[in-house]
Amino acid sequence: MSTTEAEIGRARRRKEDARLITGRTQWTDNIQLPGMLHVAFLRSPMAHARIIRVDVSAAKGQPGVVAVFSGQDFGDEQGSLPCAWPVTEDIVIPDHPPMATSTVRYVGEAVACVIATDRYKAADALDAIEIDYEPLPAVLDMNEALAEGATPVHEGGNKSFTWKFGTGDAEAAFRDAPVVIERTYVQQRLIPSAMEPRAVVAQTDGDSFIVHSATQIPHILRVMLAATTGIPEHKIRVIAPDVGGGFGSKLQVTAEEVLTLLISKRLGRPVKWTESRSEGNLTVHHGRDQIQRISLAASADGVLRGVKVDLLADMGAYLMLVTPGIPLLGAFMYTGVYKMDAYDFTCTGVFTTKMPTDAYRGAGRPEATYAIERAMDELAHEIGVDPLEIRRRNWIKHEEFPYATAGGLTYDSGNYEAATDRAMALFGYDKLRAEQADRRDRNDPVQLGIGVSTYTEMCGLAPSRVLGSLRYAAGGWEHATIRMLPTGKVEVVTGTSPHGQGHETAWSQIVADSLGVPFDDVAVLHGDTASSPRGMDTYGSRSLVVGGIAVLQACEKVKENAKQVAAHLLECAPEDLEFTDGAFRVRGTEAAKTIQEIALATFAAHDLPEGFEPQLDAGSTFDPEAFSFPHGTHLCAIEVDTETGESKIRSYVAVDDIGNVINPLIVEGQVHGGIAQGIAQALYEEAVYDSDGNLLTTTMADYLIPSAADLPDFTTARTVTPATSNPLGVKGVGEAGTIASTPAVVNALVDALSPYGIRDVAMPCTPERVWRAIQGGTS
Amino acid sequence: MIPASFEYVRPSTVEEAAQILRNAAGDDVKLLAGGQSLLPLLRLRLAYPAALIDLGRIDELRGVRDEADHVFIAAMTTHDEVVKSAVVQEQCPLVALATAQVADPAVRHRGTFGGSMAHADPAGDLPAVALALDMEFTILSAEGTRTLPASEFFVDYLETALGPGEILLGAKVPKLGAGWGFHYEKFHRTAQAWAIVGVAAAVKRENGTISEGRVALTNMGSTPVRAFSVERRLPGVPVADGNGELREAASTAANDTEPPTDLHARPDYRRHLAVVLTERAVRKAAA
Ligand SMILES: Cc1cc2nc3c(=O)[nH]c(=O)nc-3n(C[C@H](O)[C@H](O)[C@H](O)COP(=O)(O)OP(=O)(O)OC[C@H]3O[C@@H](n4cnc5c(N)ncnc54)[C@H](O)[C@@H]3O)c2cc1C
Repeated sequence: MSTTEAEIGRARRRKEDARLITGRTQWTDNIQLPGMLHVAFLRSPMAHARIIRVDVSAAKGQPGVVAVFSGQDFGDEQGSLPCAWPVTEDIVIPDHPPMATSTVRYVGEAVACVIATDRYKAADALDAIEIDYEPLPAVLDMNEALAEGATPVHEGGNKSFTWKFGTGDAEAAFRDAPVVIERTYVQQRLIPSAMEPRAVVAQTDGDSFIVHSATQIPHILRVMLAATTGIPEHKIRVIAPDVGGGFGSKLQVTAEEVLTLLISKRLGRPVKWTESRSEGNLTVHHGRDQIQRISLAASADGVLRGVKVDLLADMGAYLMLVTPGIPLLGAFMYTGVYKMDAYDFTCTGVFTTKMPTDAYRGAGRPEATYAIERAMDELAHEIGVDPLEIRRRNWIKHEEFPYATAGGLTYDSGNYEAATDRAMALFGYDKLRAEQADRRDRNDPVQLGIGVSTYTEMCGLAPSRVLGSLRYAAGGWEHATIRMLPTGKVEVVTGTSPHGQGHETAWSQIVADSLGVPFDDVAVLHGDTASSPRGMDTYGSRSLVVGGIAVLQACEKVKENAKQVAAHLLECAPEDLEFTDGAFRVRGTEAAKTIQEIALATFAAHDLPEGFEPQLDAGSTFDPEAFSFPHGTHLCAIEVDTETGESKIRSYVAVDDIGNVINPLIVEGQVHGGIAQGIAQALYEEAVYDSDGNLLTTTMADYLIPSAADLPDFTTARTVTPATSNPLGVKGVGEAGTIASTPAVVNALVDALSPYGIRDVAMPCTPERVWRAIQGGTS
Repeated sequence: MIPASFEYVRPSTVEEAAQILRNAAGDDVKLLAGGQSLLPLLRLRLAYPAALIDLGRIDELRGVRDEADHVFIAAMTTHDEVVKSAVVQEQCPLVALATAQVADPAVRHRGTFGGSMAHADPAGDLPAVALALDMEFTILSAEGTRTLPASEFFVDYLETALGPGEILLGAKVPKLGAGWGFHYEKFHRTAQAWAIVGVAAAVKRENGTISEGRVALTNMGSTPVRAFSVERRLPGVPVADGNGELREAASTAANDTEPPTDLHARPDYRRHLAVVLTERAVRKAAA
């Protein structure tokens, strides 16, 4: 029995925040090295063109210019940017040179670069590079891209792959179904907007290389840089210093990382690249961009029989690290929290002349959740019941877990009833419905809508064997090492790579409880392949669910080691010891040795058990057996000004069940930010290309990101149904808010507009689109 | 992006600044006020001035003066200072109301009253206010000083009547006297964003009806525009809307406008908004 307050569950302020918020830390762009050069990239102004002529000679003579390179100058040396997820055997993975050599395929693709003594001179000299292009037709629309006679983005056409999945007999489920709902939803293209832009610094001592990058994936990056450039892996050290957000956009091996490394190799000097925001909008991989055709078959009273999904996913111009896998991460989630007999999923990846897409917060699951949650509202509307009632009729009941879904997964635990009851009470559901009826009766120009989303998602990427069966190139394990320092302080070396999530705090809390050391005595090392050689990095809400378990297991091993020393020093059998409050105690006596005393004794090594290696440190690599399944109920009340089309979220309730909680403050932050990002997709954000393939949303005046001033207060609460698939009972919370909120908001908006006969508004549901829908036009 | 290189000078009097401008005649020199519009243009390399003349250290260009029949707002007074000025709040509250809706606090602490006028962005909030209040601009060059009414100041998209050697010193805002009410109705998608459409309204009330009204529109053309046809219909409209007289008067707000098209709104939607927002602005001004 412990007498000190447990660290797990405490709303600790994050220990890394002072440093991150003040910027007094090592952001990649803060790094200054002696003799460092700066690279600027010349980017294609054309969506699709052949490169006829490149002349860099004039640029070479510009002030401060050290070198100028085009794609041809690197030739084969630059390799091809990797795609680690060939989802089918016959997938088309086009060659993807970091700098284009013969054809450009999206606006923003790098074609040449200037290396100069400062950033400004590098940018100035770009103007002196001459390139002649022969324009080719832009390919922007997925349906047109797949049509007969379409301009091929790559030799061999515009289809990258078709991937299918199914369970049960979907044909039978739809045959003679009394109710069939068929809808098409468009997941607009989004631009991930991390607060810190991408940045890379590469340096060399002539033989080996250090690459600093604002990346989420230092470990994967190291392997991939080696594979792409041919520089041996052991000659590359990758460091992700403090990284200011990613949302998936820094889960990538970018052209700029590869090229900055190769330039430093060629010139033998340190080289830095930092993107501008506009450059980032053009060339950070984009998110979403899918056209979803979803069909539901149900009985007359709305009990689901089956779901069919036919998806087109815009890959953009190339396949990047996990581009083709993103729709697959959603494939298993279209059945949501619901029971049914059959499920059928088909997805086709399509090439267009736009920036490639890849992981963006939620990666596949927000898209899936949106489609099923929107379609469930349509089913409710069709048969004339409340959206919550249709969900009750179909969801998995809490006593039915573990439950094998038609989506092919086994949900270990959940309690949708409890989360929904809690949410309804906090929301005041019945009162809002009454107000809605009143406004409708009065023909109030401001209408009220109520939206529901009962979501679940899969977290904790991932059981390695599952990834293997999906043809992903790597595993899903995570590693941690615990080092006991002589003074009893603890270093945690984690393979996860935080970029704003607060791992230093959360891992310290886990270690403090497990080893009985003070929270402040724990330091967390991360993001450097030299100090943390093993890891799979941070994305997909995996860090706690996989990496946190590795930390816990490594602590257990340290305690096992320490126990042997304690038994020796206390002259008892290990079985006679119990571990409480940071000390091994001989049961029934006062005799005890603290973990700090044992650490020091082990360091001194004067008196250790026979044959005992003088160290307590231990590492653990955890490969999860199963995914975890956070779930929850989000409710949104929205007011729509029907005269202007403007909508305003009036109240928002989020009840999430993410299992056990290590730090409620961190959870709160993730939920708030996640909801904001989901609302952003529903109402604000969209990457827009014109008919020539130029990106129009290159600045924040055009690509609108809501701020705190635009968002309502969120009412958040939790129910706790611990995961059974890991010893902490945790499920992951990094993406839940984003996954849940988009459909809640759009369902609310459509509910507000339903007196006008409106059943859908394209996202983002801008005031203009809403106004046009009310006018009876298409949005 | 990062700007191309430029010369930088920081005079300490307006005369000095005017002299530098005169000497630079022919070169592409730019006055730098708060930089909130100019620096983005430089950073995006949409402008390549050879030199910037920073007006930031010229004390006489700052502040608000309460004169007999007008308030003088000096060009380099920041938006934040304007919003917090007791004189502005009391004597020309429409300026304070509109300025408080410009951008966000960070931009308001650097951006200036004069910079907003000189930049003449049709989506800027203050030019419409200048029109509605019949402000008069004071302009200095090496040749001397002249004044120009707001109605002649805004010439085209990002273009004013300011000549290359001229510096905007500030604006006289006429005091309108008793009985006037004001409102600035701004329609935008995020809190710190530019207006899709904005309406500045000043309304004089007598005996429960509107006796005189001024309405000017933001972002309904390449310059701010006065909605004269609405103004003509306002006298006699009851303050507490009786039988839709106000709606009727506002319905012509978009007449003779040529609103722009952009990612946030196409022209027909802007015209519709102008009508709806004009009614709201006048109603709130009259309340
Ligand atoms: C994120 C953001 C959001 C914004 N949102 C809004 C908004 O919602 N509404 C709005 O109205 N504005 C908005 N602005 C613009 C802001 O109000 C600017 O401050 C204003 O447009 C220009 O003022 P400035 O002092 O920054 O001028 P600067 O940028 O320094 O100069 C602008 C132009 O005016 C010229 N100039 C400046 N002073 C003088 C002078 N005394 N005489 C002659 N010429 C001069 C300069 O040479 C330059 O051409 C926004 C700006 C930003 C960065």
